[in-house]
Amino acid sequence: MTAARRHVRSIDEVGRERIIKLLALTGHMHEINQRPVPKVPALRGRVVCNLFLEDSTRTRLSFDTAAKRLGADTVAFTGSGSSLSKGESLRDTVETLAAMRLDAIVVRHRSAGAPWQIAQWCEAAIVNAGDGRHAHPTQALLDAYTIGRRTGRGADLSGLRVAIVGDIVNSRVARSTTAIASMLGAEVTHVGPSTLLDPRLDVQRCTDLDQIIGDVDVLYMLRMQNERMDAAPVPPGGEYTRRFGLTPERAANIRTDALLMHPGPINHGTEMTVDPSTMPQSAITDQVSYGVAVRMAVLFDLLGTGEMEEES
Amino acid sequence: MTDAGCGAVVDDIVITGGTLVDQSGSRRGDVRIRDGRIVEVAESLTVGDERVIDAAGLLVTPGFVDLHTHLREPGMPEAETIESGSRAAALGGYTAVVAMPNTDPTQDSVEVVEWVAARGRAAGWCDVYPSGSITIGRAGRELTPIADLAAVGVRLFTDDGSGVQDDAVMRRALEYAGDLDVRLAQHCEVATLTRGAVMHEGHCCSTLGLPGWPALAEELMVHRDIELVRLTGSSVHLLHLSTARSVELVREAKADGLAVTAEATPHHISLTDERLRGFDAVFKVNPPLRTMADIEAVRDGLIDGTIDAIATDHAPHPRHHKERPLEEAPPGMLGLETALGVARASLECSWEHLVGALSWRPAAIAGVADRHGRPFIAGEPANICVIDPDLQWRVDPAALASRSTNTPFIDIDLTGRVRHTVHDGRVVVADGSAVTR
Ligand SMILES: [Zn+2]
Ligand SMILES: [Zn+2]
Repeated sequence: MTAARRHVRSIDEVGRERIIKLLALTGHMHEINQRPVPKVPALRGRVVCNLFLEDSTRTRLSFDTAAKRLGADTVAFTGSGSSLSKGESLRDTVETLAAMRLDAIVVRHRSAGAPWQIAQWCEAAIVNAGDGRHAHPTQALLDAYTIGRRTGRGADLSGLRVAIVGDIVNSRVARSTTAIASMLGAEVTHVGPSTLLDPRLDVQRCTDLDQIIGDVDVLYMLRMQNERMDAAPVPPGGEYTRRFGLTPERAANIRTDALLMHPGPINHGTEMTVDPSTMPQSAITDQVSYGVAVRMAVLFDLLGTGEMEEES
Repeated sequence: MTDAGCGAVVDDIVITGGTLVDQSGSRRGDVRIRDGRIVEVAESLTVGDERVIDAAGLLVTPGFVDLHTHLREPGMPEAETIESGSRAAALGGYTAVVAMPNTDPTQDSVEVVEWVAARGRAAGWCDVYPSGSITIGRAGRELTPIADLAAVGVRLFTDDGSGVQDDAVMRRALEYAGDLDVRLAQHCEVATLTRGAVMHEGHCCSTLGLPGWPALAEELMVHRDIELVRLTGSSVHLLHLSTARSVELVREAKADGLAVTAEATPHHISLTDERLRGFDAVFKVNPPLRTMADIEAVRDGLIDGTIDAIATDHAPHPRHHKERPLEEAPPGMLGLETALGVARASLECSWEHLVGALSWRPAAIAGVADRHGRPFIAGEPANICVIDPDLQWRVDPAALASRSTNTPFIDIDLTGRVRHTVHDGRVVVADGSAVTR
């Protein structure tokens, strides 16, 4: 094999041209998912491994469903990263799995870069299902698809004002969704207290949500961890919610044609005190519903040959 | 061959045709060695039946002294042993290394440091000088028996691996050590600022989403220790400086006449944080690789003498510890066998200055200047290194003597390599290979 092996590990690595192709493919997969029997044999005989070393049942099931709808066989390896530290290296684990002749490994790991390390130790195509605080490209793809579909813009998000609110510095979703939105032409602003922003990322920053909430086309709320920690980035006792939470008062200021998004699961009472299901702007259920289609598109792009075959 | 004092076989040697490099500069000269000592130095010596080292076109220098070597024994022999580490040192031109105390058990008692020293003598590749920890178990609380350890020859004390966090403990340690003929060395890192940190806090770390290691964590402790030296009148050696501001702080301290010395590693004058882009844990090190501006400041510091010495911070780790996600992998990289070539490529200075930073300046800091880093004068101990300044070679991890392979210079082409090392009058490295007794 001389052709460079392909992966989906970060938005920048995939690049604009392939991102646009993946978004189009997602639309096609979404149509398949609307059928009474949402199944095509496009990846029959292929083996996809879900290697989830950080807990995430939702994302794992989404990938598992995606692979099965395309006819692939799936194997799962789950566990916490620390279970490997008892003498077994990540490389040992990957080499054991690689003996099963896997075509793709979908990896989630709590440490940034694990998908790059794994790619060096096996021949499979690697899909990053979230690595530490670094990247979550399939989340970014489904976010971009949701925005494009709800606004009717498709893959052209030029001029859209996107505000991402919350714990930017610790968020792989923020990094990847910022990357894809910027790549497709949107103007992204990160919103939060300075302790949660990263001054070295190349985007606009704002520390006052109320200043911009009435102007944005997309309001993207991040999940805010509210556990106590040393050197916590925000004071305890609800001040974060008062400054940056989506309260009923703030919700009233969102434009009627704007979109409200969240990667889930929502930490009710922290980043939101409103029920988004009551808001016409909410695109949160769309995000969830496109998750499988996006992952089908990614797996087909990596492992499929030629055009989609239809079920006979 | 003659028999030296303690039973070790030494050689009668003449090193001919080389250029001698020492404190008094560079000059043509032959060196005759007998019974472990230099017995004659002249522009041209007659050769009898001694062993001849042909140094035509080569540089003959005092053996190097590494202020900062992790030999990993006792405690982690799968990473390195005193034998393999000191052999790597000899191959790198070192005739003395200071063994860092973060072993298991810690080098905090007479028993452990004597064990390390004895293993070093038994290996015979170079002088292994164990450091002692400043605090018991490197826990940062109670002082080790510094006077007892000094009495068995320990001259450098450090909690390396971590810094002494408590200001009052460090103050007491400096006061106590000030009464004795020893020096404290600090790993400058304020631990509360580097919790979970993986790489330099900068642009690269932001895009990779890796927890950042701010330059400030080092600079705060550099500043604190300089002020504690000002207060106590004691002396301190600052290990592995890596940031531009640290260099500036040391420059100011020296201008104020304070007894502060410092070292920098080959990797901190050659590699930037961009190396982490491939997520290879071989490039994870403490302190982390920094930016080009920091590299240039550290180079300038070495060239103008603000930083006294090049020290390797040779830190072996077994393969399966480095083949882990970055947040789990231990920090550290190999350095002994590549130090000369990397330093040569990174610093624009004379050979006298470079060899000084590798040899007689660290010898003085380590308190071993009576045996190492000596000039080429009859009567001096024969700890000598012969360098081919033009030899080109490619770093092959598998070919290194170290038990571990975590060199960040894999497949890098270097110019300049040690050809021969004479330790205590014995040829321990000949033509680039270790000589087994
Ligand atoms: Zn250190
Ligand atoms: Zn060290």
